[in-house]
Order: sequence, then structure tokens, then C-alpha cells
Amino acid sequence: MFRNQYDTDVTTWSPAGRLFQVEYAMEAVKQGSAAIGLRSKTHVVLACVNKANSELSSHQKKIFKVDDHIGVAIAGLTADGRVLSRYMRSECINHSFTYESPLPVGRLVVQLADKAQVCTQRSWKRPFGVGLLVGGLDESGAHLYYNCPSGNYFEYQAFAIGSRSQAAKTYLERRFENFVDSSWDDLIKDALIATRETLQGEKLRSSICTVAVMGVGEPFHILDQETVQQLIDKFELVVEDEGPAAEPDAAAAEEGAEEGDAAEQGGDADQGAAPDQGVAPMEI
Amino acid sequence: MTKQQANWSPYDNNGGSCVAIAGADYCVVAADTRMSTGYSILTRDYSKICKLADKCVMASSGFQADVKALQKVLAARHLIYQQQHNKQMSCPAMGQLLSNTLYYKRFFPYYSFNVLGGLDSEGKGCVFTYDAVGSYERVGYSSQGSGSTLIMPFLDNQLKSPSPLLLPALDAVTPLSESEAVDLVKTVFASATERDIYTGDKLEIVVLNAEGIRREYIELRKD
Repeated sequence: MFRNQYDTDVTTWSPAGRLFQVEYAMEAVKQGSAAIGLRSKTHVVLACVNKANSELSSHQKKIFKVDDHIGVAIAGLTADGRVLSRYMRSECINHSFTYESPLPVGRLVVQLADKAQVCTQRSWKRPFGVGLLVGGLDESGAHLYYNCPSGNYFEYQAFAIGSRSQAAKTYLERRFENFVDSSWDDLIKDALIATRETLQGEKLRSSICTVAVMGVGEPFHILDQETVQQLIDKFELVVEDEGPAAEPDAAAAEEGAEEGDAAEQGGDADQGAAPDQGVAPMEI
Repeated sequence: MTKQQANWSPYDNNGGSCVAIAGADYCVVAADTRMSTGYSILTRDYSKICKLADKCVMASSGFQADVKALQKVLAARHLIYQQQHNKQMSCPAMGQLLSNTLYYKRFFPYYSFNVLGGLDSEGKGCVFTYDAVGSYERVGYSSQGSGSTLIMPFLDNQLKSPSPLLLPALDAVTPLSESEAVDLVKTVFASATERDIYTGDKLEIVVLNAEGIRREYIELRKD
């Protein structure tokens, strides 16, 4: 996109019928580090890449619990994302208070979209610079939505946003038809593989990614680093031996011997990671 | 010209009694389960006890509609606190929040007589007792509700509270063991049930200690 005389104000249309400020806001989402979401019939998994500005600083929080049954992963201006998460939490609490029941995801997403639209039609405001992957459960099952700065929202079986998300989307497009009936393990495995695709060669470690799950009978929670590393180890070795289309059976068979194997695999992963530790994290 | 009197009251009293006793490393909170109006019983199985946080439990007697509303407000506020601070509210913090919430409606009060029980940040038992508009105090034990006039003097006698005038200040927390405190609560309610018509049916006892929260039910006289 190039600068032009119609891109200063969000309230100025271009002759081609475009609002450039809104499109620039969507560019901000593309510049943020990747966030990925997938869903099965009963679960939603959100994963994101956590890139810190330097080795000295902490990672930015990109996945937020909104309620027991709703979580959100963001990409773009994380400050805008934080503010919107607070709004979503507040809406959920108010709905629960009034109706003694959880706010349906579809309703929340519409409210969020309307909030975003307001900022595209006021001369004294700017659009939110953040894309949100909203995952949640309601009476009709598991849902995953993507909310744009433009005020649009779409429902997805699986989606990825942020930088190098196209690599993840390509992987998800190949596999999404299987997701509806995926097990908990398989869904997370696919999320981790999709996350790895956005890293373009850098080794996937639990220290640079965050994974969150919610499902029927399973309130939203962020998986701790150890669990994520064990899951990474479980499939990463399998992939090297058997090729990209790793079978669910292999994962299931390993479940029983997991504790013994994880110790071994943890050891292997450490040896593999050591040469990488000298390399600085890639710029976003 | 006599002053005009209201011909309708927004309040009702659903009766019942609540008790809380603090121990060295536990806290017992108990309430009967009878809900009444006037001389009738609405139900024999209504809980007046609400868990507000991991280490904080509230028992409230009075107008149960106001009690329910108060519990909902506190639960919502606790959720917000957890999202902002990434941790559970401590019992003393919840104690202050409850006081502020009650005073907020100073000019149309929650008709709710509360006792808050739990563990403080050191793991010691703590009990806070309130009036309807938020005046509160940390104590070693307390009772509220229709049976409190019968229960409180007995607790004073059994728990030998040191005078608050003493220097240095002595802990009001009872040296009794957890099971002794629970037995005392059962005795106290059995007596209150005899003479207070609004207390009876079942006794709900909640015990908080380092291991977590435990609940017990004891039958009481149903007349």
C-alpha cells in the first residue's frame, strides 16, 4: 500500500470506495506475532508465538481468559487487545450477573464487532489495531471467531493471524476437515504444528509459545510450560521418524508410557536445543 | 395531623441464625437451613452460606432476597479482582469489600446480617461480624440472626474471650481444636432451635482449614 490523499482520516472515503485508515489498521494486525486457533466439535485451542523485544524483557501476554467458557488470542497492538479483553470480561460478568448463565460467544463477538465499527466512523477516534481470535463454548458447541479492526467478524474451523500466518494457514487448510472429530491431544498437536510453521525453521520450544484450551466440561486454562514441552516432544520426534502426517495412534499408544518417554524425550530435546540458544530471537 | 406511615415494606425477615468461630488454623461457619416468613415456613432446605473465595465464606441471615443480591455482587467483584490481580482475595480483603459494599447502600440498606469466616494470609482463622450497613470488626467468634440473642451469651461463656481492654492485646482466637469447635456449634444450634421458632430443620456446617473446605449437615428439630 502506498500513501495517498485519502488516507489521513478514517472518515474519508477513497474514490474506489475504500477506507484506508481501516486497512492500515488491518496491516497492524499482520505485523504482530502469530496467533492460531482451531476447533473440534467439543474443544477450542488457541496458540500464539511469544516474541520478546530482547532477551532481557518478558513476553507480552497475548492470550486472555475472558470467562470459564471463552478465551481470546490477539495479534497486533497488544495494548488495544488488553483493553478489549477487559471489555469482554466485563460483558461476561454483567451477563452472568443478570441472567445467571454464561454469555453465548456469538453475542459477545457481535458486541465486540460493533465496538470496533464505532471507531471506523468517528473523526476523533482511530480503529483498534488488533485482531482477535475468540474461542468459546456455548449450547451449540465449540466456536472460533476472528474479529477484525474493521468491525467484521467471521466464524472459522481454524485460522491464523499475524506475521507469517500464511504458513500456518496453509497447514490448517490441508488438515481442517479432520478437526471436527479430533481428540484433545490431536487438536493441540495440530495447533503446535501450525505454530511451528510460522517460526520458519526456528525450533519450537515451550518458552516461545503459549497454548490455551477450553472444552465441554473443561474451563479455559493456559497450559503450563512443562505440559507444552512434553506435548512438543511427543510429536516432534514422531514427525522426524515417520513424516509430516503423524498418526493419532502413535500418540495414543505413547500415552501409557508417557512418563518414562517424556524424561527421555526431554533429554533429547535439550541436546537438540543447546546449539540454538546462542541465536537471538528473530525480529517480528 | 399524624405522620403518614408506609403501607408497604420493601423488606421481609426470613429468619434463621448464623455462627462463626475462628481457631488457630481453622474456621467454622455454620447456619441453619430454615427459611420463614411471618409464622410460616417457606422451606426447610435453604443455604445461607456462600463461598466468596478459596479461603473466605460468608453466612448471612435476614432478608434472603437482599442476601442473594449481596452474594452476587461480591462474587462478581471477586471475579474482577482475580482478573486484575491474578490471585484470590484474602479474607481480610473480602472483609473490607463487604463493609464497603454494605455502606454503599447506606440509605436503602441490604437487610442482611453477616458473619464472614475464613483464613487470613498467615493461615490463622479469622471471623468478621457486621451490621446491616457495614460496620465491622474482626473477632474470635460471632453469631447473627434471630437466634443470636440466645447463642451469643453462650459462646461468650464457652469461648472465654479476653477483654479487648487488656494490654498487650490478646488473641481472641479460640484454643479449641477443630472437632471441639464443631461440637460446640452443634450444641449451640440444638439449644437455639429449642427456643427460637425461626431456627431449626437442618444445620449446615462449613469448615475451612489448610486442606480446603469441608461441608457437614446435621438434623435439627423441625417444630
